[in-house]
Amino acid sequence: MKLTGAQILVECLRKEGVDLIFGYPGGKVISIYDALFREDFNHIITRHEQGAVHAADGYARATGRPGVCLATSGPGATNLVTGLATAHMDSVPIVAFTGQVPTSLLGRDTFQEADITGITMPITKHNYLVRNVADLPRVIKEAFHIATTGRPGPVLIDLPNDVCDSKVKFSYPEKVSLPGYKPTYSGNFKQIKSMASAMQHAKRPVLYVGGGVTISGAEQELLELAEKTQIPVTTTLMGMAAFPSAHRLALGMLGMHGTVAANYGVTECDLLIAVGARFDDRVTGKVETFAPEAKIIQVDIDPAEIGKNIPVAIPIVGDLKQVLTELLPLVSEGRRDKWLKQVDEWKERYPLTYENNNSHIPPQAVVKALSEITGGDAVICTEVGQHQMWAAQFYKFSKTRSFLTSGGLGTMGYGLPAAIGAQIGMGDRMVINIAGDGSLQMNIQELATIVAYKLPVKIILLNNGYLGMVRQWQEHFYEKRYSGTVLQNPDFIKLAESFGIKGFILKDQEKIYSLLEEALATDGPVLVDCRINPEENVLPMVPPNGALNRMMGVVEK
Amino acid sequence: MRHTLAILVVNQPGVMARIAGLYSRRGYNINSIAVGVTEDPKVSRITLVVEAEAANELEQITKQLYKLIDVIKISDITLDDAVGRELALIKVKSTAVNRSEILQIVDIFRAKIVDVSRGAVIIEVTGEQDKVEAILSLLKPYGVVEIARTGKVALVRSAVSHR
Repeated sequence: MKLTGAQILVECLRKEGVDLIFGYPGGKVISIYDALFREDFNHIITRHEQGAVHAADGYARATGRPGVCLATSGPGATNLVTGLATAHMDSVPIVAFTGQVPTSLLGRDTFQEADITGITMPITKHNYLVRNVADLPRVIKEAFHIATTGRPGPVLIDLPNDVCDSKVKFSYPEKVSLPGYKPTYSGNFKQIKSMASAMQHAKRPVLYVGGGVTISGAEQELLELAEKTQIPVTTTLMGMAAFPSAHRLALGMLGMHGTVAANYGVTECDLLIAVGARFDDRVTGKVETFAPEAKIIQVDIDPAEIGKNIPVAIPIVGDLKQVLTELLPLVSEGRRDKWLKQVDEWKERYPLTYENNNSHIPPQAVVKALSEITGGDAVICTEVGQHQMWAAQFYKFSKTRSFLTSGGLGTMGYGLPAAIGAQIGMGDRMVINIAGDGSLQMNIQELATIVAYKLPVKIILLNNGYLGMVRQWQEHFYEKRYSGTVLQNPDFIKLAESFGIKGFILKDQEKIYSLLEEALATDGPVLVDCRINPEENVLPMVPPNGALNRMMGVVEK
Repeated sequence: MRHTLAILVVNQPGVMARIAGLYSRRGYNINSIAVGVTEDPKVSRITLVVEAEAANELEQITKQLYKLIDVIKISDITLDDAVGRELALIKVKSTAVNRSEILQIVDIFRAKIVDVSRGAVIIEVTGEQDKVEAILSLLKPYGVVEIARTGKVALVRSAVSHR
């Protein structure tokens, strides 16, 4: 039977096991919307295309399945750009469809035409402009394959509307043929043996865990490895939920706003085992002083990440789950009493802490309360800034795929739409968006989506009336010249209520627990406006391009 | 150091844009780039001449190129026994008086005169880059009007295909 391009799109989504799509209509995708309507395909309409792509991203990060989004040509397509770049930096599988002007009008500056394949070339794993409907099934098959295998990432498919309207006999290819795309999954066994031997001989080893562990689904193997060898574990922002925060071997996050134990541990270790982590500048600080005494092992599925920023002694290209599974029998049970004693002493002496001496709410106390009330079991989404760091520092994650945050690109406005995708993907699990007042306003329109789909997202707004992270840098490095960082904010409670979301205001320290408990127990979405200490800083802090063990704001217990 | 990379890519629109874009955004330098379809019409061969100082830099360039879905194979043939050629068309001012001098230079370099018009000749020369540079410098005094140069193309000597 002959189908139109639009019908083929819907059929292909079904073949790929996709059961919902986030999107926003427009002139060049009407026929796709018509096919979605006629096929009764589950479609979530956001209030902005950026909301759709972040929601698809949140859905993908929370569920591990690819997120799919749809936007019209021109401005619809360009509104996806930030979301695609966000997903690209954090290796999130997304397939994005965009409408396009008809092939006959391409390149003529037609109404709502934008060269979206050209624009997104550097921020997608791959992209396609489909010129012939006969290519569409193959392209969609390839797109899902590329997005979800190897190091995942976003793939964009640009669909001129004549391609959507013309008909062809439909058959979905069984296999893909991509001669230039063959990810390496199994690690070199000789290298894995060297890795085991290096781990055996190390006196002061540290596991440095990134988002790759979650992507590979290697959380259990990592836990077994750490426990068997008694090696302490530090995580990057992307790796936070991959290892239980409350575990005895957990050092917490490393890097710019990392814990003292993690940063001292990395600085003094003699073996650093990087698993699914990419030595980002926010992690390493000054490269020359990073892990100066350590032999470095790096396991990653992306060969280009190995040795990119830091020279590596034992590189292993492969899928983490496979590599760790092969490694486990090769390492013997370790005892590292002396090293663990040292690590424990750092943890004991320099815990993450905060002052609690004025009339304002300490933001850290809010996150800590959320952590305790939910038992570390909620899916936490964040925007970007101070609140994001406090969330990473003070929430004790107990489950994987529970921390959805824009790590690489640092996209303000990510959290609210990501929470939509996560809530839809996770059903009954509690989804909390920890937000700042600056970030929340970047995609505030998505409050309407939350209400429209009756999503019980809990928004915890850490409201300081500033763009707090920039303000903090201005305080430390620009003599408190608060240029452009003082916000005049709306009344968030009234705002929430106008969308149909119940609002709470938290001003009183005594009520942190009781009010948060009440808010989290409320049916449906809520927004809690927490009036936090306006000039609270995220500490400790490694100044930009500083050495990890030279931290500001370290408080000794 | 200057490296010659032989890259096989899927013959598709946009491949050159992907490669050139990757180079510019990662801050690498391309000296020359030449592209053409191979014996297999689905595959194109790109010969890329690049500057890379540290060994690590070339490794990064190669790995980043491999991440492009359309890139099939990359070989650094700088140190291989390979034949490399570029082609230049050089339009030189020429009068009846000096034409024979120019012809002599052309002969020495085993170049060809491919067009003669009133007041100018077009010379076609192929060879390694230094040969092209050498003939150019000898022709300069006569007045070079215009030049068109290809990038370098190269193949490794041996009976096997480097696919």
